[in-house]
Parts: sequence; C-alpha cells; structure tokens
Amino acid sequence: MPTPVIELINVSCKFVSPEGKITQALREMSLCVNEGDFCAIVGPTGCGKSTTLGMITSLSPPSTGLVKVFGKPVAGIDPNIGFVFQTDAVFPWKNVIDNVAIGPIYRGKNAAEAKKMAADWVRRVGLAGFEHHYPHQLSGGMRKRVALAQTFINEPKILLMDEPFAALDVQTRALMQGELLSLWSELKASVIFVTHDIEEAIALADRVVVLSKGPGTVKSSYDIPLARPRDVSEARYSEQFIHLSKQIWHDLKNEVQI
Amino acid sequence: MNIFSTTSSGGSASEEERRAVAKAVNRSRLVIFLRIGLAVVTLATWELAVIYGLIDPFFFSRPSDIYTQLAVWLTEGTAQGPLWRELLVTMEETVIGFFIGSLLGIFCGIALGRNKLAGDVFSIYIKIANAIPRVVLGSIFIIIFGLGMGSKVALAVVMVFFVVFGNAFQGVREADRNLIANAYILGASKRQVTFSVVIPSALTWILASLHVSFGFALVGAVVGEFLGSRHGIGLLIATAQGTFNAAGVFAAMIVLAVVALAAEYLLTALEDRLLKWRPVQFVEHGM
Ligand SMILES: Nc1ncnc2c1ncn2[C@@H]1O[C@H](COP(=O)(O)OP(=O)(O)OP(=O)(O)O)[C@@H](O)[C@H]1O
Ligand SMILES: [Mg+2]
Repeated sequence: MPTPVIELINVSCKFVSPEGKITQALREMSLCVNEGDFCAIVGPTGCGKSTTLGMITSLSPPSTGLVKVFGKPVAGIDPNIGFVFQTDAVFPWKNVIDNVAIGPIYRGKNAAEAKKMAADWVRRVGLAGFEHHYPHQLSGGMRKRVALAQTFINEPKILLMDEPFAALDVQTRALMQGELLSLWSELKASVIFVTHDIEEAIALADRVVVLSKGPGTVKSSYDIPLARPRDVSEARYSEQFIHLSKQIWHDLKNEVQI
Repeated sequence: MNIFSTTSSGGSASEEERRAVAKAVNRSRLVIFLRIGLAVVTLATWELAVIYGLIDPFFFSRPSDIYTQLAVWLTEGTAQGPLWRELLVTMEETVIGFFIGSLLGIFCGIALGRNKLAGDVFSIYIKIANAIPRVVLGSIFIIIFGLGMGSKVALAVVMVFFVVFGNAFQGVREADRNLIANAYILGASKRQVTFSVVIPSALTWILASLHVSFGFALVGAVVGEFLGSRHGIGLLIATAQGTFNAAGVFAAMIVLAVVALAAEYLLTALEDRLLKWRPVQFVEHGM
C-alpha cells in the first residue's frame, strides 16, 4: 500500500482567544488522501473546513494529533502545496499579470520568463485582455480566476481549494470545473476541495467527505464511482449521481438541524 | 488620477461621455472661481476693517502693508540679506530634516513592525514620544549643535521621525494576514514577504504621514531658527517681532505657506504615482 499524500491522524484544533476563551474547531478528525485523489469536503458552516486546510499548509498547526504530508509530519510550508483561499487574497497593488507571475518570481525565476508563463495562464483562465487591470477593476469572479491562475502556475502536487468557485456564475463555474478536472489529470495533483455545493462535490471528486457540525469530525465518506473523464455538466443527470446526492444531502441535513 | 477613464472598451466618445467631461470641467471652474472669490472677500474685509478703524493695524497689520513688506523684501532684500537666501537656508534645513527623519522613520517602523516582541515593547514609548511636545528639544539642540544649521536639522528630524515611524509601524501591523499567508504559500521568503507584501500595504499609511510631516519639518526648522540662528525665515520672524513689525510676521508666514503648498503638491503627485492601484473612492452624490 503506497503512503498517502496527506494524512490527518486524530487531530483536534482549539483556538484560544487572548481573553482565554476556547473555541474548538475540530475534534478527533482523521482523513487520508492518496496520491492523485480528488477529495471533496462538505459540511455545515463553521465546522472547521478552512481550519483543516490551514493545518495541512502548517499555517495553523493542530493542538493535538498529527498531520503528515508526503509521509512526513508537516514542518513549515511545503513548496508542493497550492492553496486557493476562501477570501480574496490577490495583491491589490499588482495588476493581473504581475499577480499571476509572482509565484515563479518568489521561487527564483527571472521576471521575463515568469511573465511569459503568466501570460499563458491568464489566457487559460479566460482573462486575456485584462492583463494590465488592477484587482479593483475586476469583478469578484474575475479576481477568483486570478487567484486560480496564481496557484496553478506553480504546478502544485497538492492542491487545496477553499470554496474556489462560490463567487462564480453558473456558466463560468461549469467552465472552471471542467478546466480544473483537465488540469488535475494533467498535473497528477492530489486535491482537497472544500465546497458547500453537494452537486459540485459529487461531480468533481473521487470521494466526498461529510463533516459533522462544529467542532467538526468526519461523519461519513462516500466513494464516487462515476467514470472518468467526466463531463461535469452531463454527469449530474445520471441515476447514480442523483442517488448519491440524496444520501449526502440526508447526512448533511441531520447536521444542520438543531 | 484619471477620472475620465471609460469602462466601455472601444468606440468613439459618445454624447454621454462628452457631457460628463463638460460637467466635470464646469465644476472645476466653479471651484476655482469660488476659491479666488473667497480670498478676495477675506482680504477686502480685512483692509476695510482697518480703514474704518475696526481693527488696529499695529497688532493685526493690513493686506496692503503685508504686500509692501513682501515687495521690499523681494526687491531690496531683508535686513539679513536677500530673501531668497534666507528662504534657501530654511528650505535646506527643512528638506534635509524631512528626508533624514522620514527615512529613519520608515526604516525603524518597518523593522519594529515586523518583529512582534520588539513592537510590543517599543510601542508604548513611541506613544509617549508622540505625546510630549518635541519642539522643546530645540533648546537642547541649540546647546549641543550651536547656532548653525545642525540644530535646526536635528529638530526637524525629531519632529518628522515619530510621525512617520508611528504610521509605518501601524501600516506594517495592519497588513492583511491573508495576503501574507498567500505570499508564503506561493513560495515567498520572509524577506520577500516584507518587500512585496508588507511594504506595499504600509505605503498608504506612510505616504499619508509624509503629508503631515513635511509641515512638521518646516515647524522644526523655523522654531529652531526662532530660538537662535544667524539666517532663515524663523529669524526674520523673530526680528519682525522685536521691532513690533506685524506686517513682517505675516509676510514671512505667507512665504512659508507658499513653500508648504508647493511641497504638498509634489507629495500628492508622488502619492498618485505610487498608489495608482487604489480604487477611486465612492463619491457621495447630491452635494
Ligand atoms: N483564528 C481563529 N480564532 C478563533 N476561532 C477561529 C479562528 N479560525 C476559525 N475559528 C473558529 O473555528 C471554527 C471553524 O472555522 P472554519 O473557518 O474552519 O469554518 P468553515 O468550516 O471553513 O466555515 P465556512 O464554511 O463558513 O467557511 C469556527 O467556529 C470559527 O469561529
Ligand atoms: Mg471556510
């Protein structure tokens, strides 16, 4: 059995405010993602989805338990990880092309080469013609696409995405989902994809993990046997899809009810 | 800042766009007209009040006297020498003090702001230093550096440093955690984060402080000259005060105001260049 790319073993995460108040975000959570797996996480708001991703990047270490990436306990930011943040995180003082080129520049590429790569990525996320716009001149969805290009250009082996398509309109979202799947098969990346949208989760993932309401833990996990390559917009009409969607919805509903 | 940039791509200027431009031009004309009008009315009221005996020109002077004083200074020079030379001395002190003070302030502010512990320890002293009236140090600087330029520059530096320092420090502290996290994930080192994320986001704060601090540098230089010097506009004011020449004080004030205004203009131009990524503020309509 190959070592999993990402492994969370009994992790709990507590936030202690300066006044001494404790918020438990995760309790005894275990999760395992194999190489090349596309894993979607759904769960009620505030159940600790963003926190889970934060632990994998080492930005917010767990209180107890162990997080392993590539079989080793995380220590510092792994250069193979790409992270699309839930909130806007593009640099407002850089225009689109400079925003996208920044990753390779940080990693030591010279500016001209980085810009050439960036121009290609800007085109691939459908922002050709907006290279010299500043983020405040773009719509929310366009900014999100800048963030995607910014992440993809580094060709991460692990891709963590926190509700990346939530701000997009239905058509663009379908387009980006298709693009994500083709990129994923091209990069052979392992993906953890957080979303609120059950259908999106099923359409994209090999496995959907449902978290219980906060403090979150894994409630159930579904393997998605839909064939690859998938047509995201067609897949959702199949019998299997509807059945899975009903099951997951049922699980989630029990969590959201008080 | 370009307020006329259009969002519609391509196409010639439509009727609507032309009307918008005309409206903006008309408005800026109105503003200029009202500004000049206000100045004329104020000066005329002042002059008339003196003529009708409502104000004593011995204490408050009058616009025509101030004008005459300025004309004399410009044509015949001041008691200490030509006006431009006095102004040059003051400007030199101000500009040198401004540059040293703001560079030191920016450097220390960023360095301390990036170090959490040092920041927490020092921030209280910065607050104290900002609260005490620093002009008092002028007397000490005169004792240390003498009547020459050094004491004035030192006072200007002290006046500027704490303002810029405080803002740079605050700006660094307010930098968006999310952007910093994003930069680290994209592969930045701590140094790269400082230069490509922290400094650009602190820049808004720093530039705002430069506006105020140029005025502070000028105050430092003039007060320094006031306390003891051989040249400069501050000395001019002190001399005028000694001879009960109110017009002289006002005339010197006008000279300083012109300098401050020019500096303000230059700093605004610099700010617009450096912060061209900022969105135009929403305009409140119906005013
Ligand atoms: N820095 C922090 N300090 C204190 N509490 C925090 C912090 N970050 C998150 N929390 C708490 O941890 C819990 C989980 O937060 P998290 O952001 O992981 O939720 P989420 O599942 O991503 O929710 P959403 O779907 O709304 O994005 C919440 O109760 C939140 O209040
Ligand atoms: Mg979240």
